[in-house]
Amino acid sequence: MAGPVSDERTAVVLPAEGPLAPPARQGERTLERRRRAVAYLLLTPGTLYLALFFALPLILIIYTSLKSGGLLSGGGFRFTWQWENYTDGLATYGSFYVRSVVYAGIATVACILLAYPMAYWIAFYGGRWKSALFFMILVPFFVSFVIRTVQWRFLLGDFGLIFGPLKDLGLLPQDFRVLATPLAVIAGITYNFLPFTALPLYVALDRIDRSLIEAAKDLYATKTEAFRKVVLPLSFPGLFAAVILTFVPATGDYVNSSVLGGPNTTMIGQIIQTKFLVELRYPEAAALSVVLMVGMLLIALLYAKALGTEDETLAAGAGA
Amino acid sequence: MSAVATAAPPPVERVRRRRWTSFILPVFTGAMIFYLASPVFLMVLYGFNDLAGERQVARFTCCTLVWWRQMFELPDLNRALRTSLTVAFPSAIAATALGTFIGLVLGRYRFSGRAVLNFVIFLAIAIPEIVLGSALLSMYVQVNEMRPFGATVPLGYTSILLSHISFSIAFVAITVRARVQGLDRTLENAAQDLFATPAVAFWRVTLPLILPGVVAGFLLAFVLSLDDFVITNFVNGQTDTFPTWVFGTSKIGVPPQVNVWGTVLFLAGVLTAGVSLAQAYRRRTGRAA
Repeated sequence: MAGPVSDERTAVVLPAEGPLAPPARQGERTLERRRRAVAYLLLTPGTLYLALFFALPLILIIYTSLKSGGLLSGGGFRFTWQWENYTDGLATYGSFYVRSVVYAGIATVACILLAYPMAYWIAFYGGRWKSALFFMILVPFFVSFVIRTVQWRFLLGDFGLIFGPLKDLGLLPQDFRVLATPLAVIAGITYNFLPFTALPLYVALDRIDRSLIEAAKDLYATKTEAFRKVVLPLSFPGLFAAVILTFVPATGDYVNSSVLGGPNTTMIGQIIQTKFLVELRYPEAAALSVVLMVGMLLIALLYAKALGTEDETLAAGAGA
Repeated sequence: MSAVATAAPPPVERVRRRRWTSFILPVFTGAMIFYLASPVFLMVLYGFNDLAGERQVARFTCCTLVWWRQMFELPDLNRALRTSLTVAFPSAIAATALGTFIGLVLGRYRFSGRAVLNFVIFLAIAIPEIVLGSALLSMYVQVNEMRPFGATVPLGYTSILLSHISFSIAFVAITVRARVQGLDRTLENAAQDLFATPAVAFWRVTLPLILPGVVAGFLLAFVLSLDDFVITNFVNGQTDTFPTWVFGTSKIGVPPQVNVWGTVLFLAGVLTAGVSLAQAYRRRTGRAA
């Protein structure tokens, strides 16, 4: 996979290389080539591992999804090009995909509406407290997200810490409830995925050159105009990264819907999980999972095509 | 904030308007910080809840240390915590070793498979956990059925560890990649000019330079492993980690010890992150001086 590329060309293409590398001397070039050979050698175990434990399973699950038979009754699974796993699965569970996409979509919008002003203020007005403030936002996420979600159940409970007192005061009807409703699930997803939205937005906003805003103001732009025509467009890469890092994982989420939801809020993740781990119907479950995978793959490809996969806002979001 | 001090103060009316609106965003940010932290407050508080039963309830009665004293009294919880830690350490070490070089090479060299590898790394981060978890389970089941070259992957500790390494590599790789891309290449050229072999140049120059990225990658991998629920829940068989055990008990009620351990792990995480942040800050200011 190591294509021979001359040092000069590398120096021009990669920004990290420094703008004007002096022409390589003979000895330096040999050393460079050797160092590169060593680097590739060291790259091999990692890529091999990813091939075996990331790429291969994603291919094998397609194979599994076309099997038939039962683990308990049918004497094991056999590969029979069982396309019915897909057609039946989509016919039966199509609405759960729609629901998952809707919940994840609403939660993503909520995440951006909450995270953008916050990231904006910290990036532009945080001053010397910038890092500390941002650390404050990430601190809660040192707690296991299962525990945090369980605590939300106590906060949102029918007679929990928020609604209990309000009901005692007669401000809410006794049968008012949020838990087990779509609102609770969407709120849980919003809460749990917020750092994936906030980090890319923050990085994108923080790296905006302040002199551009000065220039806009010199050209008689009002504060609002400067924001709309300079800051907002420049934060788009962060916005896209935020959307993809929030929406894609949220669609497959099943912890929020199973801890905070009820029978009417079941998401596709719960269906897949139950089929895999409770009913042991691997082929059908695999087919449902593949549908989710293909959808997400398309979104990821669109994003990569539009913005590439190396933007630092993406790296930042991963840090969450 | 002292607009008065500037040489040519803007019109009074504009100053007043800015004063009033300038409170909106900081107040909002403060409220957000409180909102994000609220379940954590609750967790810490419920670790001290003086209740009659042994499951967390909404009513809070102040205060008892009994759950802190009995934090080791639940054998299943102890076992789950031990599994979590014995997975997280080797997983983070392996992912750091494998991911660092991917990040290094991706950040520095151009080669024909580079775009593909970059996309795979990106995919590994964006993919819904449930898809990877179910794919890994399908593969392990298949392997155990077919036994290629006599290999099996018992569902439990082995499958959890293998899976955690898999999803952590990408995170280490992009953390290191970001660091490498910001590096001054001339330092390594200088090492070469001074006749350092590639191995020596790597150990004495490159590694120390990317070390903050490597350490950050390791910590990230460690936290990700410790906190992972979805993928673990798919591949763990009968073995519980801390998150899967908590999820299991959440159906019948979480014992208060979970809040105690949650608090302990939280403090450990904040302390580690705080120390490494402070060190990074000191390094930066030290260099500037």
